[in-house]
Amino acid sequence: MIETALIIETVVKAVVVLSVVAAMAGFATFIERKVLAFMQRRLGPMHVGPYGLLQLAADGIKLFTKEDIIPQNAIKPIFIIAPVIGAASAFVAVAAVPYFPEFTVFGYTIHPIISDINVGLLFIMGAASVGMYGPLLAGLSSANKWSLLGGARAVIQLLSFEVVSGLSILAPIMMIGSLSLIDMNDYQIGGVANWLIWKQPLAFVLFAIAGFAETNRTPFDLVEFEAEIVSGYATEYSGMRWGLFFIGEYANMITISVMVSIIFLGGYNDMWFIPGAIAMLLKVSLWIFLFLWVRAAWPHIRPDQLMWLCWKVLMPLSLINVLITGIVLV
Amino acid sequence: MFEAIAFYTFSILVIGMFGIVVFSKNALYAMSALAGGMIFISGFFFLLDADFLGVVQIVVYTGAVMALYAFGMMFFDSTRDVKENIKFKKIIYTLSVLSAIFTIFILMAPIFSTKIEAIYPTLQGVGNVQMIGLILFTKYLVPFEVAAIMLLAAMIAGIVLVKVKMEETPTNIEVARGEK
Repeated sequence: MIETALIIETVVKAVVVLSVVAAMAGFATFIERKVLAFMQRRLGPMHVGPYGLLQLAADGIKLFTKEDIIPQNAIKPIFIIAPVIGAASAFVAVAAVPYFPEFTVFGYTIHPIISDINVGLLFIMGAASVGMYGPLLAGLSSANKWSLLGGARAVIQLLSFEVVSGLSILAPIMMIGSLSLIDMNDYQIGGVANWLIWKQPLAFVLFAIAGFAETNRTPFDLVEFEAEIVSGYATEYSGMRWGLFFIGEYANMITISVMVSIIFLGGYNDMWFIPGAIAMLLKVSLWIFLFLWVRAAWPHIRPDQLMWLCWKVLMPLSLINVLITGIVLV
Repeated sequence: MFEAIAFYTFSILVIGMFGIVVFSKNALYAMSALAGGMIFISGFFFLLDADFLGVVQIVVYTGAVMALYAFGMMFFDSTRDVKENIKFKKIIYTLSVLSAIFTIFILMAPIFSTKIEAIYPTLQGVGNVQMIGLILFTKYLVPFEVAAIMLLAAMIAGIVLVKVKMEETPTNIEVARGEK
């Protein structure tokens, strides 16, 4: 009986989280267009609905009904499965993310996390790095030179950022002594002064930079940079397959925002007079805005600059950070 | 029941994937199936409550197979089949089947002869990660450090091998030819 209840609860949670994150990912595309427009002194989408709000639905209808083209020489099974890998791994990562403090509905306590495995942090990072297989397989199977270049860039991007994000997160893990995101949140109970960002500012900056690289956001959007390689790995994709890549990308953005908020910015603990759940929403929104802000403000960098940055600057810095943290802890 | 279902699903998936790795002539199919198989193996670790090892399996092999893709991309045209040059088919098949049976025999013999008991039974209330840390830094400290030194040596060897041609960047070649 208990097992059945657990299964039902998990399925309900999974469906809720999946639909909410997918809807938020869709909404983020609208927000992105609006924010970019305001930063560039334009209006952005205005015609469909009030303030262009229904543009979202129009885009959705367009994506779903567009003809799905598979190029003649493409390797069909892998071409078809690549966008699914991109989107699915982003949603798998979401399974281990705690969003809100636990709350009680009708006398039944709900933990807003689908699966509280005690290595949640590593699991999220692993699932997110599997997500890079989406662009890679798409690039290799499309039988298109732009796509191939995009796939090659996906490889160097993964090999560059994975080391930095892993090493930078090591210092906070050493201080907390746990890989569970809930423990990380509980470590920072007691107001803004207890946030980990004050104790680990360098790790925070490094992890944020690695997060930008992980989600293909603008300073590091080299796998799909229009001016150089048309649309990179997604050149040959159309319709919903193309849409899946971008749902995955935005879902990853949300995951990274939640992770930064939990590890460094105090998580879902109460902030002054603001209750925890709303504080969490505010932090995540702030991070999404930061992603868009950087896209509007920053030029993009070349692949060799990305490798130089990750291997010669960020990796030594994160190693030094780990070393100093170790000395201080001992 | 769920464990049994999950175990057989993952077994079929893993065997199927590695079957594709061996039998496919297309480099892209083989590499993708390898990546998939490696990730599906982590399912067994999760079933055995070894969360940490399962996640490490995913993280490590994602990066490792990704590096393999980089080489595959450079050496093969991924949209065409690779021409294989196998001369002694019978010998290869006999030897591979025999060695597979032999490996299974070696691994299964102790399970059939005596019941295997854990030398280090899992402690109650100690997490997965802590347990691995305890074993790794007490009983297996020397092999662990030796492995670390071996990896370091391999890394230095790799850098030295590449370093030979590191000076010959495109600009340097142009300078040497007198074009700049």
